[in-house]
Amino acid sequence: MATRSTTPAPPPARRGSPALKDATAIVGIGQTPFARRLEDSEKSLACRAILAALDDAGIPPSQVDAFASYTMEETDEVEIAKSIGAGDVTFFARTGFGGGASCATVAHLATAIATGQASVGVAWRSRKRGSGPRPWRNTRTQLPTPAQWSRPYGLIRPVDEIAMLARRYMHEYGATRDHFFNVARACRRHAARNPAAVMHGRPLTRETYMTSRWISEPLCLYDNCLETDGALACVLVSADRARDCRRSPVYVHSAAQGLPAQHHGMVNYWNGDPLTGPSWTAARQLWKTADFGPADIDVAQIYDAFTPLIPLSLEGYGFCGRGEGAAFTEDGALERGGRLPLNTGGGGLSEAYVHGFNLITEGVRQLRGTSTAQVPGASTCLVTAGEGVPTSALLLRS
Amino acid sequence: MSSMMRGTTDNGPLLPEPDEDGAPFWEFAARGELRVQACGLCRELRFPPRPCCPRCQSFDNEWQRMSGRGRIWSYVLPHPPLLPAYAARSPYNVVVVELAEAPRIRLVGNLVAAPGADIDSVDPEQLYIGAPVRVTFARLPGGFTVPRWLLGATS
Repeated sequence: MATRSTTPAPPPARRGSPALKDATAIVGIGQTPFARRLEDSEKSLACRAILAALDDAGIPPSQVDAFASYTMEETDEVEIAKSIGAGDVTFFARTGFGGGASCATVAHLATAIATGQASVGVAWRSRKRGSGPRPWRNTRTQLPTPAQWSRPYGLIRPVDEIAMLARRYMHEYGATRDHFFNVARACRRHAARNPAAVMHGRPLTRETYMTSRWISEPLCLYDNCLETDGALACVLVSADRARDCRRSPVYVHSAAQGLPAQHHGMVNYWNGDPLTGPSWTAARQLWKTADFGPADIDVAQIYDAFTPLIPLSLEGYGFCGRGEGAAFTEDGALERGGRLPLNTGGGGLSEAYVHGFNLITEGVRQLRGTSTAQVPGASTCLVTAGEGVPTSALLLRS
Repeated sequence: MSSMMRGTTDNGPLLPEPDEDGAPFWEFAARGELRVQACGLCRELRFPPRPCCPRCQSFDNEWQRMSGRGRIWSYVLPHPPLLPAYAARSPYNVVVVELAEAPRIRLVGNLVAAPGADIDSVDPEQLYIGAPVRVTFARLPGGFTVPRWLLGATS
């Protein structure tokens, strides 16, 4: 089949390979400023991020016909569509479980576009988590079913649930607070290069980390993500159409969700090995449908609501063996120039915590070659959603 | 500070909000019995409780009485910001206990120095993974009875 233009075509999908592979591409990204407090409403921030992403793609809002977001997103598709001036919308979907939904929004758009249900998709997340309420304080909206087994005992916040896994992980595999600090430092050093990051210009020393206040022992303040106001969005189209867009396409090579057998909620203390979380399930599906493996990943954006999620996810996604995730963080491995640079915009720990959507946009920047902590020649990127909760993940390639 | 308080709807300790499947656990706890749901057909223990057996799909169930002995699988010491009733006791402990009869079944709870003692009554230095514990029960202000845990395998 002849190529229509002189721009390079993506590799043709191999016979018998999944229909999703490289069939769609992210062609636009957009965001608002990030801060502890922004004046705009969540709805207004959402519209700003989406319009910025469409402008980045060079696609008029009237051509948008698909939306995907999180069930925790406060602004629905109806409000967004009529505000930005979308046309007739033929696909919309939402995914649950907080930050576990981030990559699933892109996955659902990719599926819709690849199967002909829509042609221009927008995924977004807008959240005033910096100036707004902490969800765990609203004890009435927490699901009674899982919460009855943990909340009455004072295991209230996500950090408490993850700290419980962290303590066990330290006990079983010899992980130390220094390993968690390695994660926090990598994100902070990347934020130092990113003017958009909330923690830009705020270095983190080992002494500051080690002497900071506890939040839930064994986790301290700097093991926790930021509390941020902000919004982000991205635009997806078919690979064919992507070749005509303003920016170089970033292809969705593989996508997966993960809800493991007998899983519970935020964490699962009741299965055989609670340290084997949803990332293991998502990873099996993700790699099964990909042309490359963990060793071929140039840069990663791994969900970092809490530092221990990084070693657990490194194991889950196959970058090392069970129990080796902590040691993997040593010798600057996660920093620019290391063996797996991750969260190169600063991540949830040091750029902004917007339920992981900034990890998707930073993955796109890396594959466009425009990151502020660019990995030279990066052509493959893993992006993950929240570990612990039912999750999702993407493999992106240039 | 005002933003931290928004959304707070309850200033007391949180009480369990049982669903239909979980209700028997709390009814047995009120009688001082630690019971775990099991399949009425294949006898497989399961937790948290649910309508049918994930192994054999039977809807028959029974509640098996546990010895009340176990080991600490992990623990945390929460510090503020917390809901007011918990901030007042911070740092308190929360433990996950694996049951002696079924190590795969682990219960979240609190280690206390004596039956009826508060959740900050144990010196954190005494906590360690693998520590043997035994169940006791505490009646909360709202009338609910919850399991608590005491250090040591025997009374």
